[in-house]
Amino acid sequence: MEWIQQLVNGISLGSIYALIALGYTMVYGIIKLINFAHGDVFMVGSFVGFYSIVGLGLDFFTALVLAMIFCAIFGVLIERIAYKRLRNATRIAALITAIGVSLLIENGFIFTWGPQPKAFPDIIANGTFEILGAKISIKSILILSISITLMVILQFIVHKTKIGKAMRAVSHDNEAARLMGINVDNTISATFAIGSALAGAAGVIFGLYYTKIDPLMGIIPGIKAFVAAVLGGIGIIPGAMVGGLVLGVIETFVNASGFSLWRDAAAFVILILILIFRPNGIFGKNTREKV
Amino acid sequence: MKKKLFKVLAASALSVGLLAGCGESSGQSGDTIKIGVNLELSGGVASYGTGINKGVQLAVEEINAAGGIDGKEIELISVDNKSDGQEATSGAIKLTDQDKVAAIIGAATSGNTIAQVEIANDKKTVLITPSGTSMVVTVNEKGKLNDYAFRTTFIDPFQGTVAANFAINELGVKTAAVYGDNASDYAKGLGAAFIETFEAAGGKIVKEESYIAKDTDFRSTLTRIKSADPEFVYIPGYYEEVGLIVKQARELGIDVPLMGGDGWDSPTMVDLAGADALNNTFVTAAYSDEDPDPIIQNFVEAFKKKHKEAPDGFSALGYDTVYLLKDAIERAGSTDSTKIKEALEQTKDFPLVTGALSIDENHNPVKSATILEYVDGQMKFNSKVNPE
Repeated sequence: MEWIQQLVNGISLGSIYALIALGYTMVYGIIKLINFAHGDVFMVGSFVGFYSIVGLGLDFFTALVLAMIFCAIFGVLIERIAYKRLRNATRIAALITAIGVSLLIENGFIFTWGPQPKAFPDIIANGTFEILGAKISIKSILILSISITLMVILQFIVHKTKIGKAMRAVSHDNEAARLMGINVDNTISATFAIGSALAGAAGVIFGLYYTKIDPLMGIIPGIKAFVAAVLGGIGIIPGAMVGGLVLGVIETFVNASGFSLWRDAAAFVILILILIFRPNGIFGKNTREKV
Repeated sequence: MKKKLFKVLAASALSVGLLAGCGESSGQSGDTIKIGVNLELSGGVASYGTGINKGVQLAVEEINAAGGIDGKEIELISVDNKSDGQEATSGAIKLTDQDKVAAIIGAATSGNTIAQVEIANDKKTVLITPSGTSMVVTVNEKGKLNDYAFRTTFIDPFQGTVAANFAINELGVKTAAVYGDNASDYAKGLGAAFIETFEAAGGKIVKEESYIAKDTDFRSTLTRIKSADPEFVYIPGYYEEVGLIVKQARELGIDVPLMGGDGWDSPTMVDLAGADALNNTFVTAAYSDEDPDPIIQNFVEAFKKKHKEAPDGFSALGYDTVYLLKDAIERAGSTDSTKIKEALEQTKDFPLVTGALSIDENHNPVKSATILEYVDGQMKFNSKVNPE
């Protein structure tokens, strides 16, 4: 029953990608910016989780919530300080700034806390149970349920609340939304806050599942999540979820077929294929309309 | 400014000339035997060099207190190479030209040792590195033996050989999987030696997998390994990844013994893998201060008395290097470096703290290795394994 086990591995990895990809997709959907610092927000989230558990002695769920709140504020700060004044600049200027912010966070972290990896505390009981011969740990179930819960909450916010409506309006046409009396700045900040909170949650989950956290841990998952967002159709929220899960499962199966050294390459081959054959992603409509 | 520099140069050239004139026949001045020490006493890897130096000092003190070598006391001449290859080279030149030492002990790292090898060969002075593990220390890249270079520690692939013997003879396993770092020479050397020895002894490698440094997700490869159902998994690599591999392997239900080399040895290893997951895992090492062997216990006690701390592996290797040299000088009956070299080449089963040692045709030691076992997060002495 190796394949069932591999599927579980893939879904666990994929749900972490999906959580990060949501932030990419939301920010892109609303201001057409690929926020390269998003992977670093993920890293900050896992460090906040680490220090709240080790330093403050909090339990896992409180640490998760604290990391989400911290990252929401952090995300808004990044937006207000680095991106806001570039709102009307060229997109390449904003993109370069995002890369700069990313490097600043990574190196600032190394400067302050050092480059050594830290071991995330093992605070969830390490139980496993068997389904059809596959060993499934409590942790994988926990990761999956947290991810699904957060995604459901996100869907609810976007479709049923006032701020969600405002976000959809701004994403559709921000000038028109402004004319309709929507506070565009606050809406953008809310988008950053929600996306960053999800990245923060992903960071804590990642720490729990993979143990080792370090200041450069955000780079590869960040890029993978970006690929996931493009795969699903950047700017489309369900696309990011599906893209994340698909990417996680594909990577795991590439690995499982004995090509472990090609795993990272596989993600980029997928990105290239998607850009060639279906540039709008799985869920993207084939129009030039804004999503 | 230039004039001043010239004066300084002239003065130093003069003094070097004077000192050289004073020098006597190699390695011997009156009643002492001069031994050079060229170690990383400061700089990036100073902890290795100072560790060795403490062991060297203890050994020399003991030998001199017991009457020296053939009635002559050892005189140590220390050079700090500042963890730098160029400093190591000039240190070796000073020790050979100026001090005319009988032999040089050092350096701690392979790189700083290789920086001295040419000089040792040119000046026909024995050079022994206590802890340099690279193959090219004793045999150059073209496969030619560096006549005057020796080492006390085992080379990297040796650990793989020892691990394979341990798995077959002590654990009694028939099948094994190997899961190593794809990009490190260290891991590749250990892995290749393991496979060769394991198969030669009749074992079967059921799976060979590799990972890339900095990976965090090993579950899918470990699932493959699990489905091959090995009785033993060899994981050559460094603790940053191995810690996660051990943890994830246990989570997936791989309960067989796991084993690796000295790259596992770090306190962070226990944090990453967790004490429970590390039970039933084994590590090859140069020595263990828990080993009940009296030669080791005497060393540990004497070391604690002199330095007020417990010795590490480097101190043990430094200590051994002095005794290895003493034995060779006694057997050579001379402090002539060529004779010492010939005596060193004849070394056979000489008992030392880090195991009974013989020198093979490549000037590498053949000796027993110590197997340590993780028990509830502590490394415990398990057994000694002979290379054969």
